[in-house]
Amino acid sequence: MKAAVLVFPGSNREGDVAQAIELVTGRKPQMVWHCDGDFEKTDLIVVPGGFSYGDYLRCGAMAAQSPVMAEVKKRAAQGVPVLAICNGFQIVTEAGLLPGTLMRNAHLKFVCSDVHLKVETSQSLFTNRYQAGQVIRVPVAHAEGNYFADETTLKRLEDRGQIAFRYCAPDGTVDGTGNPNGSIQNIAGVFNETKTVMGLMPHPENAVEPMFGGSDGKALFEGLVEALT
Amino acid sequence: MKARVHVTLKNGVLDPQGKAIGHSLNRLGFPEVGDVRQGKFIELELAETDKAKAKARLDEMCRKLLANTVIENYSIELVG
Amino acid sequence: MSLEKNPPVKLPNEPAITPQIVAEHGLSPAEYESVLAIMGRAPTMVELGIFSAMWSEHCSYKSSKVWLKKLPTKAPWVIQGPGENAGVIDIGDGQAAIFKMESHNHPSYIEPYQGAATGVGGILRDVFTMGARPIANLNALRFGDPSHPKTRHLVSGVVAGIGGYGNCMGIPTVGGETNFHAAYNGNILVNAMTVGIAPAHRIFYAAAAGVGNPLVYVGSKTGRDGIHGATMASTEFNEDSEEKRPTVQVGDPFVEKLLLEACLELMATDAIVAIQDMGAAGLTSSSFEMAAKGGLGVVVELDKVPMRETGMNPYELMLSESQERMLIVLKPGREELARKIFEKWELDFAVIGHLTDTQRMVLSWHGDIVGNIPIPPLVTEAPVYERPWTLTPLPPVVDAASVPAPKDWRGSLLALMSCPDLASKAWIWHQYDHLIMGNTAIRPQDGDAALVRVPSSAKGAGHKGLAMTSDCTPRYVQAHPETGGRQAVAEAWRNITAVGALPLAVTDNMNFGNPQKPEIMGQFAGAIMGMAEACTTLDFPVVSGNVSLYNETEGRPILPTPTIGAVGVIADIAKAVGSRLTEGGLGIVLIGETKGWLGQSLYLREACGREEGAPPPVDLVVERRNGDFVRDQIALGRVDACHDVSDGGLLVALAEMCIAGGTGVEIAQPAGNAVPSHAFFYGEDQARYVIASGSADDIVEAAKAAGVPAVLLGYSGGASLVVNGLLSLPLSDIKAAHEAWLPGYMSATE
Repeated sequence: MKAAVLVFPGSNREGDVAQAIELVTGRKPQMVWHCDGDFEKTDLIVVPGGFSYGDYLRCGAMAAQSPVMAEVKKRAAQGVPVLAICNGFQIVTEAGLLPGTLMRNAHLKFVCSDVHLKVETSQSLFTNRYQAGQVIRVPVAHAEGNYFADETTLKRLEDRGQIAFRYCAPDGTVDGTGNPNGSIQNIAGVFNETKTVMGLMPHPENAVEPMFGGSDGKALFEGLVEALT
Repeated sequence: MKARVHVTLKNGVLDPQGKAIGHSLNRLGFPEVGDVRQGKFIELELAETDKAKAKARLDEMCRKLLANTVIENYSIELVG
Repeated sequence: MSLEKNPPVKLPNEPAITPQIVAEHGLSPAEYESVLAIMGRAPTMVELGIFSAMWSEHCSYKSSKVWLKKLPTKAPWVIQGPGENAGVIDIGDGQAAIFKMESHNHPSYIEPYQGAATGVGGILRDVFTMGARPIANLNALRFGDPSHPKTRHLVSGVVAGIGGYGNCMGIPTVGGETNFHAAYNGNILVNAMTVGIAPAHRIFYAAAAGVGNPLVYVGSKTGRDGIHGATMASTEFNEDSEEKRPTVQVGDPFVEKLLLEACLELMATDAIVAIQDMGAAGLTSSSFEMAAKGGLGVVVELDKVPMRETGMNPYELMLSESQERMLIVLKPGREELARKIFEKWELDFAVIGHLTDTQRMVLSWHGDIVGNIPIPPLVTEAPVYERPWTLTPLPPVVDAASVPAPKDWRGSLLALMSCPDLASKAWIWHQYDHLIMGNTAIRPQDGDAALVRVPSSAKGAGHKGLAMTSDCTPRYVQAHPETGGRQAVAEAWRNITAVGALPLAVTDNMNFGNPQKPEIMGQFAGAIMGMAEACTTLDFPVVSGNVSLYNETEGRPILPTPTIGAVGVIADIAKAVGSRLTEGGLGIVLIGETKGWLGQSLYLREACGREEGAPPPVDLVVERRNGDFVRDQIALGRVDACHDVSDGGLLVALAEMCIAGGTGVEIAQPAGNAVPSHAFFYGEDQARYVIASGSADDIVEAAKAAGVPAVLLGYSGGASLVVNGLLSLPLSDIKAAHEAWLPGYMSATE
């Protein structure tokens, strides 16, 4: 699997996801600077976490207008898979690749903590190594991860199975206790209609080694390798 | 020409910062404060003299970057 | 060069220097006499501003210098000791660790978010200026009494500011400490530490070289931020401090992230001769120090400095403390290469001068000379004070028998576990990204020191880990500075040891009151004597540090707080241990001797309302013997969890291990032990560790052979903390009490 990781001014988790991809695939992904609208063809595009443009104006708003994102939109339309994590999720929603938006956490503070996620479906490139209903533990680290979409959009997401992960309690109960940011219906990650673009707030890339945050996130990358190699 | 853009959250979208501000004001001895909504104020200097043209360009700027129309409204004001 | 001989011109509207203006610049009449002697004439305003900044306590260390010299700073693994932007040590495999701790106390009190944020920004720059990529941040915070009306606001702002800056930079904040005490009501402490990694053969220094080489300014533009900040940082507070708000700098972590990446990119080329960040006293101290260290002169063309505001004058440009700026001396002909890198990262880049052989700092402004100062005398004639000092006498020892035992053991433990100093600080560190970079092996609260993997330079090699901690027990230092200084170093050493790492070096952040009072200077002197002794005995040299004096409000000083930041290394990170007790059936072994020392203990303060007595003595030879033994046992793979015994004593240490790992213990005071139970379980005797091990008998036997006191207290298991004959407490109750205090406090309204 050949992967490209985008780098914007202010990105800071590009190294973490590159490290996770290298661990699973044995090869370093290509790092793509935000001005590069013409990067090499790859099997996967990753929009990493960080504070692109300092989170100024709105998280992800300025990065969404960069030359590289114009190209990502084109390739996503052709079916190239896009994995967007944290600030990447904010960027792709701003770019219109995924519905909804990420708002300020309900408690207004940055939160870095392990959370539990319920896998909503195993029927996607990104989640095929998980079981539907499985509970995994991965960290979050954000101040604006409070997912919001209007009712029509939410209904459409539910109806078409576009919800990827929900925050839950360790036993899988989906209620307020496991929700770190107040996101609507505990949504932690969503797909586009074709399930080739996935955005999520948590960091599976920081959960790929038992000694360093656990390894529940590793299956996400392994699943991608299986599907895209 | 100078333009002022106000960006506010749409009605019905939860505004935790606005709520926190309201709460603090109440605490500071302003019990008359009810609902608080906060937003952004952006001042731009434009090299354009035609008001209609300026307005159209600003509208585009708002839709493209300055506001997220999923959750935000904007208003444009031209000064001088 | 004729330029150099010109006397400076006066700028329009420039006032004459009056005694009042001199005083406003924080210079004493005697110091101003030295200025006149050096200059041979009255200085211009900008020249006076430069003297004022360079001779401030903050930049000159004039009150502390004679004492700092007493600290040991050398060891075979020390590459660079104090005097540069940060200390550098060799950690093997061609890698160096670069680290320093620095205070931002006064600015954080005035504007907690920005003060703390720019404190983090400043220490990060100190470390990456030397060529390191920062891999971890820590911070040591001291706030006033929780019931003081300002405390909640200060905690909230400082924590948000530290998180706001560090999180955006993408550097994990992995450790630290937070205390509360009324002595900090009007003067909080914010000490921030950064640790970075660089190739040992590629360290960058500040000393300028090469006459004619260009002086380059990079980063953010200069505004009017923090003018007089360095002077403010060394002035005692009074009631109108809140009016000083405009001088506090505003941080832009986004720009600093770009600056970090741009500097590291430039450092990978051969273009740099010397580099220095613009911290306190901005362009003044950076250009001055580069020239002074290189024995050269410098011409600065101030009109070429990138400016953010219109109408700025030379005085403001030289003294501005705008953040996220660097000064670089480039090799000739490398300007374009460097310019391209900084432009790629959307940063300002300007050649603003060049080096000369005149040993003078010449400032020009649109072709006129506006300042012309000889550099060497500013260093050699800088004021150095041997201030009078009186040592604090050792208070009487508190006899354990005179301290009442708890009537309710369960209540006493719950009260200690939920007191502000011991309560969980999760509310704080969950606001810090402590996982970014994917190398955090021991998270906050999971071990005595934070542990971060060092990305290996060699493929296939095992990964080593850097252990880091920050420690000080101010109430011990207050009671007896010498013992307190010794204890701060010993505890840092112990915390590094408890995860299995070898302690290597120290950075110190000396926070004290007004040094012009002999008793305060005596606290400083005593703490230094204790620290020096501990650092020497433990082979734990000081490689960097910072002094913050005049931490007083209305004449009331803070508790003397010599914060010790420390770094150690473990060759194979897989062998490290944390303090979480996660398994039943493990033997619980107490290492070290327990005499039941209750003087200055938290039990005495929290349960009996007494802050008194001599602090626990620190026997450094015993400290070293016990610690080396524990480290060896960890290396042998015999240890499952390890925790040092410090604040709150043995029972608190056990409770912390239990709730962190979700496993209980059943223990007892050893038969025949004559220490009163409350002193045995709550005493704060030093050089002790609790070890959980599946081979406890082997450990006890090995300890015997090594002459180390060790005793098996009981075994892990169950979901309660059980001390036979004294108490049985469900872990869920302890955890609830431990975790509830801070969030409850922060969400309460006044």
